[in-house]
Amino acid sequence: MMRRFFDSPYAVVLVLAIVVAVLPLLLPSLFYLRVAALICIFALVVVGLNLLIGFAGQVSLGHAGFFGIGAYAVAIGPTHLGIPPWLALILGAIAAGVVAFLVGRPILRLRGHYLAVATLGMGLLFAMVFANESAWTGGPDGMPVPRLVLFGWRMSGPWTWYWIAGVTLVIGAWIAANVIASPTGRALRAIHDSETAAQVLGIDVARYKLIAFVLSAVYAAVAGAYLAMFDGLVTPEASGFLRSIEFVTMAVLGGLGSTLGGIVGAALLVLLPQLLTVFHDYEHIALGLVMIVVMIFVPAGIVPSLANLLGWRKS
Amino acid sequence: MLKVENVVCRYGRIEVLHGVSLEVGAGEIVSLIGSNGAGKTTLMRVISGILPMTGGRIVFDDEEIDRLPAHLRVVRGIAQVPEARQVFAPLSVNDNLLLGGFRRRAADVPRELDRVYALFPALAEKRGIAAGNLSGGQQQMLAMGRALMSGPRLLLLDEPSMGLAPVLVDQILDTVVALRKAGVTVLLVEQNVNAALAIADRAYVIETGRIVLSGPSATLADDPRVREAYLGL
Repeated sequence: MMRRFFDSPYAVVLVLAIVVAVLPLLLPSLFYLRVAALICIFALVVVGLNLLIGFAGQVSLGHAGFFGIGAYAVAIGPTHLGIPPWLALILGAIAAGVVAFLVGRPILRLRGHYLAVATLGMGLLFAMVFANESAWTGGPDGMPVPRLVLFGWRMSGPWTWYWIAGVTLVIGAWIAANVIASPTGRALRAIHDSETAAQVLGIDVARYKLIAFVLSAVYAAVAGAYLAMFDGLVTPEASGFLRSIEFVTMAVLGGLGSTLGGIVGAALLVLLPQLLTVFHDYEHIALGLVMIVVMIFVPAGIVPSLANLLGWRKS
Repeated sequence: MLKVENVVCRYGRIEVLHGVSLEVGAGEIVSLIGSNGAGKTTLMRVISGILPMTGGRIVFDDEEIDRLPAHLRVVRGIAQVPEARQVFAPLSVNDNLLLGGFRRRAADVPRELDRVYALFPALAEKRGIAAGNLSGGQQQMLAMGRALMSGPRLLLLDEPSMGLAPVLVDQILDTVVALRKAGVTVLLVEQNVNAALAIADRAYVIETGRIVLSGPSATLADDPRVREAYLGL
C-alpha cells in the first residue's frame, strides 16, 4: 500500500501540499517562518534542476546564472524601466528560458565533465555581468528591489512570502510530476541511461535535453525573483559560483531523481547552517562533515535511501 | 529497399570503412559476417544514423537518408537493435517498450505492445520488473521488442546471439525468421557465422572495412575461404 502510494509522482505533491499547509501552525515564531520561506524558494530551484540532473542526467554548474536573471529582472525592471514588479517577474522567467534555449543548443552537445565546465563558465559570465554593469545593476554592492504589489496589497514579511513560495513550490512540484509521468519524462530517463539507445528509438536527444534545460532555468529564475523580492535586495552573489554549487549539492544530498529528495536536500542545506551556529567558528567544518558523512553512508541521497530502507520502493 | 553505396567512415583520423556497398531487398534476411574489428557494427551505426559518415550514399526506399538525423530515420522505418542490447536498466520492461514506440501515434501503441508481448510471452510476465534484472536472453528479447515497437520495415540486428546460451540463440534466430514472415526486412550482423548463414537469404563478408565476398548464403557456406576463415572447417 505504502509502496504503491509512493511510486506515484503525484503522491509527493499531495504530501507536500499538506506539509506546506500545516507547517505554519507548528512554527513557534516569525524567524522559523522566514527560514521555511527560504526553504520553499530554494526547493523550487532544486525541483527544476532535478529534471535536468536527476532525470535527463545532464549536470549544470551554472544554474545560479538563471537564478540571477530572475533576481535582477525584478530589480532592474521596476527601477530602470518602470515595469510593475509582477510583470518583471514574468519577463525575467521568460528571459531565463530564452537564454537557456540559446545557450543550451550549443552546450548540451557536450557530455559529462565538458558539459559541467561549460555550464560553469556560463554561470560565471552572468555573475560578472551583474557585478560589472554597475549603471544597471549597482555593481558589487547590488541594488534594492521594490516590493511586489498585487491587487493593491504590498507583499512583504515572512507570512506573505511563506505562502507565495509555498504555493509556488506545490505548483512547481505538480508540473514536475506531470513532466515525469509523461512520455517526455520517459524520454529523459532513457537519455540518462543511454543516449545511443535513446537515439535509435527515435528520441530527438538534443531536443529533450533542451526542454529539461529550459524548464529548470525557468524554475531557477522564478525562485531568484522571489528571493530578491523577499530580501528587498539583490547582489551579484545571487548568481555566484557558490550558489550554483549549493543547488547541485541540495539535489545530490536529497537524492537525484526524486522530487521529494530535492526538497529535503534544500531544507537540509538551509537549516543546517542555522542549527550549526552552536559550533560558532567551526560551523563550516561541521557542515562539510555532515555532507561527507551523508555521501559516504547514503550515496544515493537521503530520500531514495530512506524509501529503500522502509521498503517503499522495489529495486 | 536499402542501398548502401561506397560508404566511408572514420573515427577521428582512422578510416574504418573504405567504401562499403551493399543492398538489402524488401522481405530479405541479409547477413553481414566478419571478424572482430572488421567494421560490422560501424556500418550498422552509420545506417541508423548515430555515426556520421564521411563519404558515400545511403538510399532507403528511393530516398537519400544519409543527411537525416537518427530520430528521423526511425520515422522512415529503420530500427536498430544495438550491440550488447542497451536496454534501459533502471526502467521497467513496459517502460522500455513504450520508449520503443516513442514515435508512434498514441492510439497505435497499445496494439503494438500486445503484439510484442504475444511474440515474447516471457516479457509479458515481467512487465513491471526493471530491465536490468532480466536474464541476458530476456534482455535480448526486450531489445528486439523495443525496436519492433516503432513498427519498422527494416530491422538492423547487431549481434543478437552475443553471450547467450545455444538454446536461446536458436530461439532468437527463430524469432528473426518469424519476423520476416510478418513482413519485416532484416539486416543481421553475426559472429556466429553458422547460424547467420542458416537463416539468411544472402550474405556479405566484410574484412577490415571492405566487402570481400557476397552471394547467396548456401554458396558462401560452401566457399572454401569462408569455411576456412569463419567456420573453422
